Amino acid sequence: MDRRKFLKHGTAAAALGGGLLPMLRFLPAEAAGRKDTMVIVTGYGPNSMDIHRKGTNRPAYQIAVNLYDRLIGFGTKNAPDGSLMYDYSKLTPELAESWQIAEDGMSVVFNLRKDATFWDGSPVTADDVKWSLDRAVSVGGFPSVQMKAGVLINKDQFEVVDAHTFRVKFIRKSKLTLPDLAVPVPVIINSRVAKQHVTEQDPWATEYLHKNPAGGGAYMLERWDAGQQTVYKRFDNWKSGPLPAMERVIVREVPSPSTRRALVVRGDVDVSLALPPKDTAELQVAGKLTVVGTPIENCMHALGLNLKFKPFQDKRVRQAVAYALPYDKIFKAAAYERGVPMWGGKSFTPKDISWPQPFPYDTDLDKAKALLKEAGYESGFEVPMSFNLGLAQWQEPTSLLIQEGLAKVGIKTPIDKVPGASFRTKALVEKDLMMHLKTFGGWLNYPDYYFFWAMLDKHLFNSMNYRNEEIEKLVPPTLDMEVDDPVYIANVKRLITIFFDEVPMIPIYQPSLDVAMQKHVEGYKYYFHRILDARWLKKA
Amino acid sequence: MNSLIVIGQRVIQAIPTIFGIIVVTFILTRALPGDPAVYFAGAAADAQSIAEIRKSMGLDRSLPEQFLFYVRDLAVGDLGIAISTGQPVVEELGRRLPASLELTLCGLIFALSIAVPLGVLAATRPNSLIDQLCRVIVTAGVSLPTFFTGLALVYVFYFLLGWSPSPLGRLDIIILPPAHVTGFYLIDSLIAGEGETFVAALAQLILPAITLGLFVLAPIARMTRAAMLQALASDYIRTARASGLAPMRVLFTYAFRNAMLPVVTTLGMVFSFMLGSNILVEKVFAWPGIGSFAIEALIASDYAAVQGFVLIMAVLYVLLNLTIDILYSALDPRMRVES
Repeated sequence: MDRRKFLKHGTAAAALGGGLLPMLRFLPAEAAGRKDTMVIVTGYGPNSMDIHRKGTNRPAYQIAVNLYDRLIGFGTKNAPDGSLMYDYSKLTPELAESWQIAEDGMSVVFNLRKDATFWDGSPVTADDVKWSLDRAVSVGGFPSVQMKAGVLINKDQFEVVDAHTFRVKFIRKSKLTLPDLAVPVPVIINSRVAKQHVTEQDPWATEYLHKNPAGGGAYMLERWDAGQQTVYKRFDNWKSGPLPAMERVIVREVPSPSTRRALVVRGDVDVSLALPPKDTAELQVAGKLTVVGTPIENCMHALGLNLKFKPFQDKRVRQAVAYALPYDKIFKAAAYERGVPMWGGKSFTPKDISWPQPFPYDTDLDKAKALLKEAGYESGFEVPMSFNLGLAQWQEPTSLLIQEGLAKVGIKTPIDKVPGASFRTKALVEKDLMMHLKTFGGWLNYPDYYFFWAMLDKHLFNSMNYRNEEIEKLVPPTLDMEVDDPVYIANVKRLITIFFDEVPMIPIYQPSLDVAMQKHVEGYKYYFHRILDARWLKKA
Repeated sequence: MNSLIVIGQRVIQAIPTIFGIIVVTFILTRALPGDPAVYFAGAAADAQSIAEIRKSMGLDRSLPEQFLFYVRDLAVGDLGIAISTGQPVVEELGRRLPASLELTLCGLIFALSIAVPLGVLAATRPNSLIDQLCRVIVTAGVSLPTFFTGLALVYVFYFLLGWSPSPLGRLDIIILPPAHVTGFYLIDSLIAGEGETFVAALAQLILPAITLGLFVLAPIARMTRAAMLQALASDYIRTARASGLAPMRVLFTYAFRNAMLPVVTTLGMVFSFMLGSNILVEKVFAWPGIGSFAIEALIASDYAAVQGFVLIMAVLYVLLNLTIDILYSALDPRMRVES
């Protein structure tokens, strides 16, 4: 190894860590008393500071959420249990203080805050907005796919009117366009800083922004020790919302859930994320901490049946499987009853378009056997049951219970444990797992959005190779319709009816996003992106 | 001069080994299930963006071509970028290896300070109470899995008693790491003259080091005992005793020094074993070490990180063997003559 280069790397790493706080041995005094500091522990941390970069992992979305602003955000409402959650039906100002849809409905004009600045003090202008949104639709990969979901596809759609006025032109009208501007992806980047690091091979400064966030969000990056911790410091000149109460937020990575539990119970950290359902259930009973569990919107833990496997091409076989699953046992043993049951619905015709809603199946072995007999599989068959080892905590007990349940109707299911990385490839890309557990959830909270990803042929989360001509025809126009359109309601009802009847995948329960925190922590809000938004947190 | 030649020979002998390891790791990582391009492409990627990424990562080329690129990068010290943390593998290893080494060495020192005296005592009084006690301790140590010992220690000393600081890695949240010199916080904090940082780093180290150390008490104590028994039964000890030398002198100068050879061999094995096996300890104590990094990389089929990890471990093993050989010749003059 080149020694000089090695030494250079060493000092660069030290500078990245210590450079922002020269001569300091300890974080400033308030960290010790922690009146103005929030300490959060989670399992895994970000692998990039740039949500647009290829390979950016899910924990890295916290940077987009807390360190960057978008044009708009979502409102707040109370969840049924009284806790706070975002309101997808209400868009609120963030960098844009107001916006108007054009009379023809084919564009929207955003009026930017005149007083908003980036961390370096330079004003936020429409040029920055354009550069940032251009980047999101141009870099390819996940950000561009997410933008496309809101029919934001070309750079030509974004137009600078003047320094503080910005127009987005629509290719076609869609109810998803505006909410899609409030998801973590379309962050507004300080284009003046970023452009200084543009090279010919790297026209969007991905190498620079990967390590150096350049934005104007409520928090700035104080430290990032990859694999250990991320520390945010409040940006005191933030104008896009009420100034956060916490001056400093420390997100520490603790891989072992038992250790995370011990830390929060001992009171050494304020918030513990990603606790297993068992720990959460026990902490809730103990009552020493505030435990909030919010059912994850538009998400279901389900069993996928791959139509490449011949018996599953018969609807009756799929229904038989749906009648043979031991739902109640799975919900108790794997989810510790955290979540919402997705079985035991009353009718094969949905009464409304609420989503997800319980499917009209329940454990009924006689019905299952009768259906199998009708389909000619009275003596059963054998099919491998695959699950993702990375999610073994709930998928392993679930798979074993499914194996036990299906054995009662003669279906043998040898269990196939698939390591996390190859599960994605095998299930979603090659679509080659005959029976497997699914976790898909859609960011934008519309049933048609779920169908778009999971039920259209060849789409990524349709790991079942399912194709239904009516669904293929219904989904695209429904995606663009407004939710109060009577046609929309009729279409969605029809989609759910087909899903109920066809069950290429069998929902088991809607999982819950659980957070345990000290009693003095306030302002926790559930978001569809499942990332902790530190901007609203405070200490009583 | 003589020993320099030995070292030189050893280093030259290591080159084909390391080259072999480079080839084998390269092939093995490619044989892993899972496609890094898919992983890299993220949650909502379509076939087109996966193909783009495969191309930009060079994964669309033939294996020999990929290997040549890999060796070319390796020659200039570029081990690629780790997917799981987004940092260059060289930087990652440079930061994490000291953390693992510090922990492993502390664990080893702890194990030595318990196991060697215990082994010597047990050997001098075979089948006595102390011998039985030694047996119980080492059996318990080796039969408790490290993640269990770790969690149990956290539970008692942190959760129940509150004596130990929170198990949050190498330093408490409020303390910043000392300026980087060696990467060992204990040493760096002393160099920087930061007493409080030293104490804090030591406090964080105690529980994980004990966890690791307990697990390897057994081989060291058993080997010390066996070697001491053998040495004490040999002719030169009988002669020394017959010549009327003081018992302590017989025990330590003659028996112990001779018994050290197999113990050093065991130590080499134990050390390399500990380095590889502290993954679970790292997970429980949120230790930012090399083991948890490697495991994450393996799960993600992160070629660059896995290759970097195996390579650095191979180099470490070569160095370790070299050190042990040198220690041998220091301990036993016969080895010097032979070489």
